[in-house]
Amino acid sequence: MSANPRSWRWPHRPDRARSPLARSAFRPRLLRLSPWLAAAVVLAACSGPGADVTGTTQAPAAVGTLKSVAVVTHGSPGDAFWNVVKNGAESAGKDLGVRVEYNSSGDPTQQAKLIDNAVAQGVDGLVVSMANPDALKPSVEKAVAAGIPVVTINSGEAESVQFGALGHVGQSERMAGESAGKRLAAAGKHKMLCVIHEAGNVGANDRCAGATQGFGTATTLQVDINNPTDVQSRIKGALEADRSLDAVLTLNSQIAARAVDAVKESGSQATVATFDLNSDVVSAIRAGTLLFAVDQQQYEQGYLPVVMLKLYKSNLNSVGGGHPVQTGPAFVDKSNVEAIAALVGQGTR
Amino acid sequence: MTATTTTEPAAATPPDRLAILNRLVARPEVGALLGAVVVFVFFTIVTTKFLKPLGISTWLDDASTLGIMAVAVALLMIGGEFDLSTGVMTASTALITGLLAVHAGWNIWLGLAVSLLFALTVGALNGWVVMRTGLPSFIVTLGTFLALQGLNLGVTRWATGTVQVSGVRSAGGYQSAGWVFASTTKIGNATIQASVVWWIVVTVIAAIVLVRTRFGNWIFAVGGALPTARAVGVPATRTKILLFMTTAFAGWIVGACNLLRFAGVQANQGVGLEFQYIIAAVIGGCLLTGGFGSVVGAAIGALIFGMARQGIVLAGWNSDWFMLFLGVLLFSAVLVNNAFKKRAERVRR
Repeated sequence: MSANPRSWRWPHRPDRARSPLARSAFRPRLLRLSPWLAAAVVLAACSGPGADVTGTTQAPAAVGTLKSVAVVTHGSPGDAFWNVVKNGAESAGKDLGVRVEYNSSGDPTQQAKLIDNAVAQGVDGLVVSMANPDALKPSVEKAVAAGIPVVTINSGEAESVQFGALGHVGQSERMAGESAGKRLAAAGKHKMLCVIHEAGNVGANDRCAGATQGFGTATTLQVDINNPTDVQSRIKGALEADRSLDAVLTLNSQIAARAVDAVKESGSQATVATFDLNSDVVSAIRAGTLLFAVDQQQYEQGYLPVVMLKLYKSNLNSVGGGHPVQTGPAFVDKSNVEAIAALVGQGTR
Repeated sequence: MTATTTTEPAAATPPDRLAILNRLVARPEVGALLGAVVVFVFFTIVTTKFLKPLGISTWLDDASTLGIMAVAVALLMIGGEFDLSTGVMTASTALITGLLAVHAGWNIWLGLAVSLLFALTVGALNGWVVMRTGLPSFIVTLGTFLALQGLNLGVTRWATGTVQVSGVRSAGGYQSAGWVFASTTKIGNATIQASVVWWIVVTVIAAIVLVRTRFGNWIFAVGGALPTARAVGVPATRTKILLFMTTAFAGWIVGACNLLRFAGVQANQGVGLEFQYIIAAVIGGCLLTGGFGSVVGAAIGALIFGMARQGIVLAGWNSDWFMLFLGVLLFSAVLVNNAFKKRAERVRR
């Protein structure tokens, strides 16, 4: 039926010789010159990296109404943690009558482009999580220069003010890690395994570093969050290899459930604690297989910035007085797990 | 296949116009161009900001780094090979430059030279191993992909204690290097990133090389029919090694653009992007089997990607559905391509 694919793919030469390009003698010369022409055009009107930003000072404020807010985070789509942030932002939008648009990308270069996009849309307010502040600097400053008030959330608290943001809402990862480490030490543990689930995640790195500081000493274990089998078997392997490990700290609720299973399977006596909540974590705390969860109450990280932007736009208020607004660490353990269980189920804790 | 289907239009159209139409339809990039027009018109109608200067600069920006890679990947695919290490290569080169500039205190240009050397070496090695062992390039470059991913994380953490390199802005030579790789050009109200210029220049050069030079012929030859090419004296090994070096070189350009623009790089950056490059090339009319395709098409494929990705955000759609839309879009683009290719086969016979 159909032709042999090779018959039209090859030979190529005669076809290309007939191509429109070959007919004019002028065209090839123009084509050969075009890179240089392009370069010349660029040289004519070009400024240095990030030079289009004139200053980082907040544009003169004028009272108005907040109609739209763009939330741009570094969470990957489908991440349970960021889903709660999204829910927070969206219900704040509903409560305050503001249009909230949520977008996210784990790749800092993509995230920067999403911020540029929000500026292009002319939103009234911007909420940005800065896991990689350096990469987002030009984009955030461009937004500020365009007169769009920015609130940073989750990560990037050190750079927030510096980039001209209105305020920061989040939890210092290092501090939260430190208090988690201290709590494990207070529970009488001596040797801790800190499980990093995402290679290249700065926040995770900080949590482990903080926990190590608070606890005294720790070994870290690298696992791949996208592969639950791998997670469980690696934690199990680590526990079997070193029987003196008596505490496992995970940085993510999904990993916590795997760690609990791994401890059970390896017959180890280690205590598991984790960052962040989900229903598995809640039931493990209920069952006593998980000691506590560090909760940074990320719902607030979605909700509060919209409120802050609203207050700023309509009343020129600021919140925090130049200091970051801390949403955590809050601890969830056996004593308070019942109260928040339902809230975890509805996606607000 | 019977000739009945082709006789109808021939009767309706004058023979001269038909010849032009047929030749046009036989070009690999026509499907992509059509797709690009559809996407462009669609978002121009659906959103108010898509065609504004800020909107245009946003989606051009998104398409540019993807496009630089897609063009090189298209050349390689026409040459009948795959490269899965391209995404990670953009991070590797940026990490090498960043580490040397920030942690060893070198001038950025020196760092760029070293990372370029590294990229070309890895590319050459990829090509050499593929040709020497006769293993599919899919397997060989998968190995390179994994190895580089491990190196990126391992070396970064070993050298910096964290998982990202930042602080490039204070390194020597940042101004001049930033001017080349990360400056911005104002055209009217639109701010065009340097990567867009690189994209255009790379596309033009690659298109000329492919269509107008002997080396271009060799690429089609080794991709279309390797034994035949060898029999008529095409230096197949050299050609393919050079092609692998080209994709690595493109990875270096993108790495440099990203590093200097975002003033830092994360160890896990670029993972998974290699598929986007291949997809852009395929949308642009490259065959997965080699021997057929177009550089301009690949650049248009990247443009479609950028327009769709940012257009969805500009339209204010719920980002939950983004991947679905992208999938449908890619699928329809490939279907259109396929239809054109079938028609092209018929025309040429």
